[in-house]
Amino acid sequence: MIEVYRRPMQGTQPEYRFPPYGSTAKRAPTRPLVMLPHTLSETTGPVFGHDSVKASEFDLTAGHADLPLGKRIVVSGRVLDDGGKPVRHTLVEIWQANSAGRYRHPNDGPHSPLDPNFTGCGRAMTDAEGRYRFISIEPGAYPWRNHYNAWRPKHIHFSLWGEAFTQRLVTQMYFPGDPLLPFDPIFNCVTDTKARDRLVSSLDWETTIPESAIGYRFDIVLRGRHATPVDR
Amino acid sequence: MSLQQSTSQTFGPYFHIGLKPIAVRLPAGAKPVVITGRVLDGDGKPVSDAAIETWQADLAGAYPVQPADGSCPATSTLAGLGRAPTDAEGRFRIDTYLPGRVAAPGGAHSAILQAPHILVAIGMRGLLKHLVTRIYFPGEASNADDPVLKLVPADRRDTLIARAEGGELHWDVVLQGAGETVFFDC
Ligand SMILES: [Fe+2]
Repeated sequence: MIEVYRRPMQGTQPEYRFPPYGSTAKRAPTRPLVMLPHTLSETTGPVFGHDSVKASEFDLTAGHADLPLGKRIVVSGRVLDDGGKPVRHTLVEIWQANSAGRYRHPNDGPHSPLDPNFTGCGRAMTDAEGRYRFISIEPGAYPWRNHYNAWRPKHIHFSLWGEAFTQRLVTQMYFPGDPLLPFDPIFNCVTDTKARDRLVSSLDWETTIPESAIGYRFDIVLRGRHATPVDR
Repeated sequence: MSLQQSTSQTFGPYFHIGLKPIAVRLPAGAKPVVITGRVLDGDGKPVSDAAIETWQADLAGAYPVQPADGSCPATSTLAGLGRAPTDAEGRFRIDTYLPGRVAAPGGAHSAILQAPHILVAIGMRGLLKHLVTRIYFPGEASNADDPVLKLVPADRRDTLIARAEGGELHWDVVLQGAGETVFFDC
């Protein structure tokens, strides 16, 4: 027996070529993909220990001379596999624009100002139940050049490793009720509305801190394992 | 219970803020190998905002094992993990080593070994999900019998095998067109 990872479910993952997102045109492969059987190379991954994040890295509002501008938020949730099993002690990395919609990156700007008190990078480990938690500020929407008058809805980029290279996932978290969501080709890259809805966080009173920060809940589901008999 | 998997989204052009370069840790006694290359788009233009993530076995062809009891160790074992961004000319550089041979599909029961290889994930603006490919090493006799290379059409296998050039290895990622790199559905 070798443990392999379930294929992505129908409708949950985008195609490489997606004409509404213009820059896929010159970057999406044009030849058919070759099916790769899962060997140890695909079913293993780095082991993340307590030393992989500093305790302060979950708080994107800390570490500067003053607090960043913008509405403070708590972003938390669980990382599960598709069998409902928590993905324990795995690294979650996030990056985001500041409250004006500007990234601290040399290629961004000058559409809106930098915030000297915001870098926009956070890291955390999930606990034994797969839970993670960040404190940040609500990012701003920002313009891009995909089409005339294109604006990205507010979002936070998420990177996860899971336990195996095959579980690697980079995704984005959106905010409930954002009026830009219906117009964003990246959010709308899959037709399944349930899959899209999973990318939208929900307002969470349980984690909201009175007079301080609004809570948003964002759960993430990675591919899960199943054991498959192997012909010998 | 079966949950719907989260949808992949692009790394975008600003992933450098969150995803820092990761230097591959060379095991004791490993033979250092430098792999350089370029990422080129469908117009042959350099891709200056790609992230190349690499994963490879140790010298014995083994990988780290997640703690069986689900505990979190004090110290990470990142082993053969690497990440390198491309520069303004689309160039990347991976300072790594020749890994050992890994068991083929069928796992420990398989008598067949794979040729030495590096598993690669590539993310960038314009890719809604990362690409998966592999780097093989030139001059390895075992390439001829590699069970994964055998799945690749013969006339495209060379896109997965690095070229030796002046003491270094060279491996380009061609996203489209003539010499398009083989990408895997993983
Ligand atoms: Fe973004």
